[in-house]
This record gives sequence, C-alpha cells and structure tokens, in this order.
Amino acid sequence: MSGENPASTTEYIQHHLQNLVYGKLPAGFERHTENGVEVLGADTWTMAHGASEAAAMGFMAVHVDSMAWSIGLGVLFCWLFRRAAVRATTGVPSGMLNFIEMIVEFIDGSVKDSFHGRNKMVAPLALTIFVWIFLMNLMDLLPVDLVPKLMGLAGVGYQKIVPSTDPNITMGMALGVFILMIYYNIKIKGTGFIKELTMHPFNHWAFIPINLFMELVGLLAKPFSLGLRLFGNMYAGEMIFILIAMMFAAGAGTGLVFGGLNAQLFGTETNGAFWLVIFVLVCGVCWMNLKGKISTGRTVLLTLGLLTIGGGVFALGGGLMQWGWAIFHILVITLQAFIFMVLTIVYLSMAHEEDH
Amino acid sequence: MNINLTLFGQMVTFAIFVWFCMKFVWPVIIGAMEERQQKIADGLDAADRAMRDLEAAKSEATDQMKEAKQEAAGIVDQANKRANQIVDEAKVLAVAEGDRLKVAAEAEIEQEINRAKEELRSRVAGLAIAGAEKILEASIDDKANRALVDKLATQL
Repeated sequence: MSGENPASTTEYIQHHLQNLVYGKLPAGFERHTENGVEVLGADTWTMAHGASEAAAMGFMAVHVDSMAWSIGLGVLFCWLFRRAAVRATTGVPSGMLNFIEMIVEFIDGSVKDSFHGRNKMVAPLALTIFVWIFLMNLMDLLPVDLVPKLMGLAGVGYQKIVPSTDPNITMGMALGVFILMIYYNIKIKGTGFIKELTMHPFNHWAFIPINLFMELVGLLAKPFSLGLRLFGNMYAGEMIFILIAMMFAAGAGTGLVFGGLNAQLFGTETNGAFWLVIFVLVCGVCWMNLKGKISTGRTVLLTLGLLTIGGGVFALGGGLMQWGWAIFHILVITLQAFIFMVLTIVYLSMAHEEDH
Repeated sequence: MNINLTLFGQMVTFAIFVWFCMKFVWPVIIGAMEERQQKIADGLDAADRAMRDLEAAKSEATDQMKEAKQEAAGIVDQANKRANQIVDEAKVLAVAEGDRLKVAAEAEIEQEINRAKEELRSRVAGLAIAGAEKILEASIDDKANRALVDKLATQL
C-alpha cells in the first residue's frame, strides 16, 4: 500500500504479480527462513515463500490462488446455471431465469451462426467458456488491493485473484480447445485431415514439406493466439489497475487530517488497514443513502469528511481513475470472453468441415 | 508467470465443467426454452384460429340479422296490407248497414205519415161536421150527413 520510494514500488508491483504457489523444491535448495538459511535434504512439497522459491520449483508447482479462484468461479457458474436449469419451466420465466435464458439464447445464436456441423458439445462448451471466462475476468473489477490485503491479514502471503491473468489458466483452456480441434479433425475427416495438412495449399507431392510446415504453423498458432490474447489483455488491464492504485496509494494511505496527526504524534505513516476502514465507512454511508436512511446532502458531507480524515483528495482521484478504467474494462472483459468463445466455435467448425 | 502444473489442472477443471454443463445445464434449459417456444407458437396459432372463427361468426351473425330484418319487413308489409283490407271490409259493411238502417227508417217514416194522414182525415171530418152544425144551427141528422162528410174527407 505505501509505495513511497522506488524500491517499495517495485516490490508492490511484484507482490501483486506473484501467485500463491504450492510446489516441489528440489533437494539442495537453500531456503531463507527466519532462523537463517536452511538447506533442503530432499525434494520437498511446500508453499513457496516469495518469487525466488516459486521460480526454483519450476514446472512441478501449482498456482493455488489461480486454481482456487478458477474452480470457485466455475462452481459458481455451474451452480447458477444448474439452479436455473432446475427451475426452468415452460411457463412464464422471471428474474434470474430470464437473465440466464438470455445468455443461453445469445450463445445458442452465436453457435448456430458460425457452427454448421452436428455436435451436441459445441454449444455447452461455448456457454462454459463464455460465462466462466467472463467471471474470471470480472474478478479484475474488484479493487486490486482488497482481496490481497484481506488475505494478507489472514496470513496468506500472495494472492492473485484474476485467474485469466495467469497464462497457465488461459493456455490450459486454449489447449483444451486445441485437443478438441485435433480430435474432431481426425474423427470427422480421418485421412482427409492428413491430406489437408500435406496437400494444402499446393496440391502437388513435391510441396509436401512446405505444405506441412505452413499448415502446422497455422494449426499451432490457433491455440497460442487464443490463450495468449486473453492472457495479454487481462494482464495489461490488471497492470493498469495496479499502476493507478500505486500512484494514489501513498495519498490514500495518509489522510489529510489523520495522516498528519499520525506523523506528528508517532512519526510514522498511516498503514493501509486504516484506509480499508475508511473505505468501508464510505461504502457504509453510501449504502445508508441508498437505503434512504440519510439525506443526500448529509451523505456528501459525511463522505467528504471521511475522505479528508482518510484518503482525502488522493483517494478520490485514485478512486475516480480506478472507476474510469473499471468502466472501460467492463467492455474489455466481456469482449475477451466473447472472442475466446467465438474463436473456439469457429475453430471447431473448421474441424467439422470437409472442404477447406 | 511460469508455466507449470496449473496448466494441466486448468485443463482437467475445464473438461469437468464442460461435461457438467453439457450433461446437466444446457439440454435442460434449451429443452425448456424450445418447449416454451412451441407452446407460444401453438398459443398464437390458436389465437389466430379464434380470430378467424370470430370473423366467420360475425359475418354469419350479420347475414342472419339481414335475413331477420327482411323477414320482419315482410311481416310488417303483410300486416299493413291485412289491416287495410280489414278497414276496407269494415267500410263496406258499415255502408251496407247504413243503407239498411236508412231503408228501415224511411219505411217507418212512411208508416208514420200514413197514420198521421188517417188521423188528420178523421179529425177534419169531425171538425167539418161540427162546423156545419154551427153554421146550420139546426139539428141535422147526424147520421144522414155523416156519410156525406166521410165521403168528403176521403177526397182530401
């Protein structure tokens, strides 16, 4: 939170970009603990403390936070839609069911538009991809510091809450789609698939190596572009949230009144937990106003007072910028989820079509 | 930022969620939606049919109304004609009755006249005799002159 000097600024960013990793530390790894350096005698499965340990784990590691949020959001998706499915009637739909049906109809339309084969899996696949990725992207709209801070208070060192900023997650899904592409290519076309790879675009045996090279590159480019596009967009978006938070974090942490008092009395800076309290209080005031408990004029006064004590103008400025970027980002997250879905449909549609 | 086992974890998770969606979510919702679509289509069809039925019923009702009106007009015409007929008949009857009464009255009047003439004759005869008695101032044989005066009276 308190990013005053360059070192802590870098730390702040790195901290935000570090996953919570569980993995295997190799034998002989020198572990820096509070009791000094500890040399591991054997391969050890453990939580990584910091980026260097995470890096040492290499491939044999799991991003616990990414997996947990991804599975959690997937379960949320399943729960929401399963509930809608159970309640679905042929009568007049209402409320949540309407919304779910709107999404389902939208997906169904997209699939019918671009996929002409016969496959019962494509539509549910597209629905899962769209909603799940959208939910994962949606985590980006939570204030960047909120969850990591709370998790930090609960004793968890690192927390990246947007699974789609993790290339493992996006590439995992892209590879899943890729496997389906290969499977249906072989299933539907049989030897035609090999012919497509070798005899296209130049239909002559002498060109087989060139054809193979071009087609394979084209084929492999699909999952990579699919996974990396989503990752890149979400990663960049997340980065901008972090940068905005960092620019204004110092001001937000040190309130005009409280920060001054604190510095005078104790010679220390106000920490982020205090800002969190102010944030919650402001939210509370706005909530009360929404509920009609206090008048709008009083709400404005109270908010301004709280901001003066708490984050003051900096918090307001930072908040506004976060707000602006978040609104723009709503577009991005929806669009990325949609693009991933449409490309999946198109790729699978290509796998189903004999004529290329 | 490095690629690790999370990749495979996500692939497996992905497969499970897609399977779940394919098995328990998509068919149910789509099924319900299609069924509802069918129901709505049927409902609209039924509404169309009802509209057509209504239209037909309306035109039929109009036809019947027209027919009934014509019939009613016919009946009224007939009634008018009949009424005129009755009136004419009544007129004829009345004229006949009138004539009859007139004839009877005339006959009676004739009778009365005759009776009056008779009486007058007899009274004149008496008067004449009394007058003659006075003139002559002599007693004349009433019986002898009676015949004479009667003869006179008949000539009146």
